[in-house]
Amino acid sequence: MSYARRAWIVLWKDLRIERRSKEAVNALVFFALLLLFVFQFTLGADHERLAAALPGLLWLGFVLSGLVALGRAFLVERDDGCWEGLLLAPGDKSAVYLGKVAGNLLLMLGVEAVVLALFGLFFNLDVLERLPALAAVVVLATIGLAAVGTLFAAMTAHVRAREVLFPVLLLPVQVPVLLAAVEATAAVLAGQALADVGRWLGLLAAADVVYLTTGVLTFDVILEG
Amino acid sequence: MSRPSSLSIHVGGLRKAFARRLVLRDVTLQVAAGEVLALLGANGAGKTTLLRILATLSRPTAGTARILGFDCAREPERVRPHLGVVGHGCWAYDDLTALENLRFWTTLHGRPAGEDRLRAALAQLDLEAAAAERVRTLSAGMRRRLALARLWLGEPQVLLLDEPFAALDQRAAKWLDGYLASVKARGGAALLVTHGLARGLGVADRVAILAGGRIVLDVPASTLTAEDVRRLWEAHAEETP
Repeated sequence: MSYARRAWIVLWKDLRIERRSKEAVNALVFFALLLLFVFQFTLGADHERLAAALPGLLWLGFVLSGLVALGRAFLVERDDGCWEGLLLAPGDKSAVYLGKVAGNLLLMLGVEAVVLALFGLFFNLDVLERLPALAAVVVLATIGLAAVGTLFAAMTAHVRAREVLFPVLLLPVQVPVLLAAVEATAAVLAGQALADVGRWLGLLAAADVVYLTTGVLTFDVILEG
Repeated sequence: MSRPSSLSIHVGGLRKAFARRLVLRDVTLQVAAGEVLALLGANGAGKTTLLRILATLSRPTAGTARILGFDCAREPERVRPHLGVVGHGCWAYDDLTALENLRFWTTLHGRPAGEDRLRAALAQLDLEAAAAERVRTLSAGMRRRLALARLWLGEPQVLLLDEPFAALDQRAAKWLDGYLASVKARGGAALLVTHGLARGLGVADRVAILAGGRIVLDVPASTLTAEDVRRLWEAHAEETP
């Protein structure tokens, strides 16, 4: 059976479970809303401070909600011996990894779209005008977050101190992605064209390739434990 | 494809230690093609550990474990396509329906089945009515039957079953008896870990008792009565690894 079909069935399974349970979506949207309220109360109506802080706040919201989503990615596999089933599947296990990454990516992008719309509403930001450029930055950065986050989520799924270990492992590795994402977002929100943030987009794309390749090459070993 | 061997399962001098505690001590046993071996033993005797090594889920400390001639520790990817495993878990996702669970596992394990065949598997285990039900609404026995439906769809050559009769009603247990007979008839083999002495004796060709991490008895099932097995089992029940 094709590699793509096995990756697809994992994605199909994760999306269907999420659509039914809505556990992650509900938690993430609520969490993102809470962050927005905190930011709104902290920054108030000072537009200068707001303009300087907004890209960082936006990515803080994305990363924190991403941590919640990614941290849960393999919990469902621990129940009822499903992890064994994944392990005993013949063939290259990286198909499972890519299916999981795709599921996490779609979930995170969905939540980020909601957060971005709410940011526009809360902070009087014209999101629509800058949407193509913002979307390019957000998609590229989120691929990186999902790629490495899925890998570390699998790595820490059976660890007792998982909730502590997961962000401690993930965040330092994410520094290049976060740096590039915040800088590119700041430039786009300041009205610069997409071409002007090309080097940051290049860095994001390179990080995506490195993280995805690392995940594909090492997931087998991680799943075997 | 399997390597030419009349033995479906071969375990030789197998040892497994967790930290400094030796759980399996030089375990040696064989299961030929067309044979079912019932492995009995008290809690903590090492039965599940042995099963997990054969299922390629755990590595032995020393010795060899082979399935159809392939080494479980060194060649897990060649062993796995031939295995049908039902362990303590049923591999069921709570928020998928029974049918969706079967579709997922058969596709992931390289044996995608059409809707008719998936429904036929559910029908075999009296789960037609649960086809569209989320698994979280099913009882423990129904989940176990779903695991057996998955096993049937995989058509494995070697079955590794840990307490497969647990939580099953009489009808499902009878189905499992028949299924094991059909696996034997097509040259398959099964290693069955069970506490149910009568049930184990009823379906097995041979009975082995694992006590204190060692095989202390390995005889044809036809030479024993349930009472013999019970007596032997009790005699070894106190032995710990």
